[in-house]
Amino acid sequence: MSYKSSYLLAGAIATAIGLAVSPAQAGKSDDTLAWATDREVAVVDPYYNNTRELVVMGHLGWDSLLFRDIKTGEFKPLLATKWEWDGNKRIVVDLREGVKFHDGSDFDADDVVYTINHVSNKDSGVLSFKNVSWMKNAEKLGSHKVAINLHKPFPAALAFLSNVVFIMPSGHYDSAPTKADGKKDYGAVKAVGTGPYQFVEVKAGDYVLWKKNGNYFAGSPKGKPQIGNIKFRTIKEMNTQIAELLTGGLDWIWDVPKDQAERLKDGGKVTVENAKTMRVSYMAFDVHGRSGQEFFKNKKVREAVAHAVNRGSITKNLVGPASVVIPSACHPDQFGCAQDVPKWNYDPEKAKALLKEAGYPDGFEFDIYAYRQREYTEAVIGDLAKVGIKAKLNFMQYRALRDLVWKGKTPINHMTWGSNSIPDVSAITSHFFSGGRDDPAKDPEVIKALAEGDTATDPKVREAAYKKALTKISGELYWLPMFTYAKYYAWSNDLDFKTTPDEIPRFYTAKWK
Amino acid sequence: MLQYMLKRLGVAVLVALTVSLITFSMIYLSGDPAIALAGESATEEDISNIRKFYGYDRPIIIQYLDWLWRALQGDFGQSHYLKSSVAGVIFERLPTTMLLGACAISFALILSIPLGVLAAIRPNSLIDRFALTIAVIGQAMPSFWFALTLMLWFGITWRLLPITGSSSWANFVMPAIALGYYVTPGVMRLTRAGMLEVLASDYIRTARAKGLRPMPVLFKHALRNAILPVVSLAAVQFGFMLGGSIVIETIFAINGLGFLAWESIQRADLPVMQAIVLVLSVFYIALTFLSDMLNAFLDPRIRVR
Repeated sequence: MSYKSSYLLAGAIATAIGLAVSPAQAGKSDDTLAWATDREVAVVDPYYNNTRELVVMGHLGWDSLLFRDIKTGEFKPLLATKWEWDGNKRIVVDLREGVKFHDGSDFDADDVVYTINHVSNKDSGVLSFKNVSWMKNAEKLGSHKVAINLHKPFPAALAFLSNVVFIMPSGHYDSAPTKADGKKDYGAVKAVGTGPYQFVEVKAGDYVLWKKNGNYFAGSPKGKPQIGNIKFRTIKEMNTQIAELLTGGLDWIWDVPKDQAERLKDGGKVTVENAKTMRVSYMAFDVHGRSGQEFFKNKKVREAVAHAVNRGSITKNLVGPASVVIPSACHPDQFGCAQDVPKWNYDPEKAKALLKEAGYPDGFEFDIYAYRQREYTEAVIGDLAKVGIKAKLNFMQYRALRDLVWKGKTPINHMTWGSNSIPDVSAITSHFFSGGRDDPAKDPEVIKALAEGDTATDPKVREAAYKKALTKISGELYWLPMFTYAKYYAWSNDLDFKTTPDEIPRFYTAKWK
Repeated sequence: MLQYMLKRLGVAVLVALTVSLITFSMIYLSGDPAIALAGESATEEDISNIRKFYGYDRPIIIQYLDWLWRALQGDFGQSHYLKSSVAGVIFERLPTTMLLGACAISFALILSIPLGVLAAIRPNSLIDRFALTIAVIGQAMPSFWFALTLMLWFGITWRLLPITGSSSWANFVMPAIALGYYVTPGVMRLTRAGMLEVLASDYIRTARAKGLRPMPVLFKHALRNAILPVVSLAAVQFGFMLGGSIVIETIFAINGLGFLAWESIQRADLPVMQAIVLVLSVFYIALTFLSDMLNAFLDPRIRVR
């Protein structure tokens, strides 16, 4: 081969490679905000896909009746213009006029009635049924006026209405295909909402594409969308996500491990931020000795564990600066999450003394169970070892562990809970301590106080009831509340993005710099 | 030959059934699938509804037999998560994995056969040592680490190749190298050993004595005989690659069958997991079966054993 033909061949190869590596649809030049997580999204419907990704997309593609201002906690009109309680089991809602769905149809009372009556029906198979099961039904009072009837008083209703009850067009699920078993496949219906972004297409395992809703109604507290397209991509491996972020294939990622986030921050090529989330970490004790390892029946032993674990060090060195140690069995940002409850400071010497008093001067050996962020549980194990308690780690998948927890087979389980980003104690404390299978204590006093907090309509009564329950839970150490989770986010320097404390990135407020 | 073929076929079917039964049981050993489907924030009631909705409240053996009966009729059911037919999902993604597997095995053969031949022609020479080094590195280096290294250099530093996706041929370069490299040592060592044996045989000496030129002796007479076991190995390795592409597809975000398998395990999508295991095991068994048949055809002694 001559030199000339060699050069020609090399040029052709270089051109071919250059063509092949043209960047993916992403970035300011494409007016496409590309973000990724490790999850595959196939069903684009917030009622039939309960992943965090659909929580995020739910707020992009759909609107709820109310909007909760994340800064002030205040509820503002969204699809509703006015709402008021009629007694303690009925909410009357005036609806906004002039709003259109992405398919061009007008929004009115029929849509709200249809949506609520569909999702609150158990047979509809909504995945997180607790999010909607508190609603009995909805009735039309006028073309833009409805009443929502509740099964029983539910003071957290507004928080749920603003966060997880998205409005679909009337008849939306009627076109659902029928599966082989004769049941309707509601999740297969094409996504249509009123939100700031309109669904374009989904390719399971690959991407979900949204485009700006040019007709999004003026006056929405969400504001007019700024970026043309939002593309969600599934990229399982964090190193790959980071590589794509650095090379322009992605504009936004989260859940970046602390060490990698710090290196990215030092590199300066992307913006890195650690932001708090609604998720909390806790350790639940087997207070009744059902697991066969009866150490934690003794309150002194539970106290010893509480004094032995250096929660402050875990938040500082492993979780991130936005994480805080929590004294109560809830997130400090949630309504009713009292903070003036018994607290257990880090004091290994006191822990040793308590163990001695409890009859374990040389410590003991037990099984600890966990499913998430192994390094956090390993830090706990290290702290316990310093006072003579040897914990054997059983690290497993969530589904396997929850099964064991329900069967009472875990002496200590180190778990987390995200509350579906609901800013109300009923979404966590009532879930875990109302006497169900998740309840490690089944304390009648706690159960009664929570029931009062869950049904009272006076906020002060609710707060007092929750405080009573939380004081008992922390005082008796049914749980050792650990810390709030914090996430590392990383995004392109071209992107103007603000993190929020509830783990729901509002991409509709993002814009290019 | 027919008797041998039927015997091997019977064994193959039994292996496929056993694999599917073991997989089905293992899925349940790893926890309640209804909990995984319901998600982390689900209540006890949510999970109970899901268990009933998908029929997980029935005895496991009944669920397995029900699935097997429908699978025999070509109905793998519906994916709980993807909300579409399992067969459709699998056959949509199978071509990507097949393409990746084909690229990887091609890369492995293109690299390993010439190196194996060269190593055999000049045993204990520099080229033989070089080939040995390649083999040792290939077997010692974890594929995920090799994949990330390729990504670092070719994707981030030099920006020559795209990091993720499967939309162009360039997307397959790094994954094919990462996947195929692991197979290279075995094929190369087998080629070398086969060539050494053949080159020392009487008919090669005769061919040389007849005055044939070195190249025809090497490729027409020696390699054609030495490569027979390599063909068998390559067929089996191709089956291994289809199943073993999980890591590579995950790292390079290739939307293939391996990635689907990994995702289905994570979310306990039982119908998809079962079908993938069955499809991959059938592929592997079919390739092994074909390899057995080829060997039996080429070497009649095998048929009578």
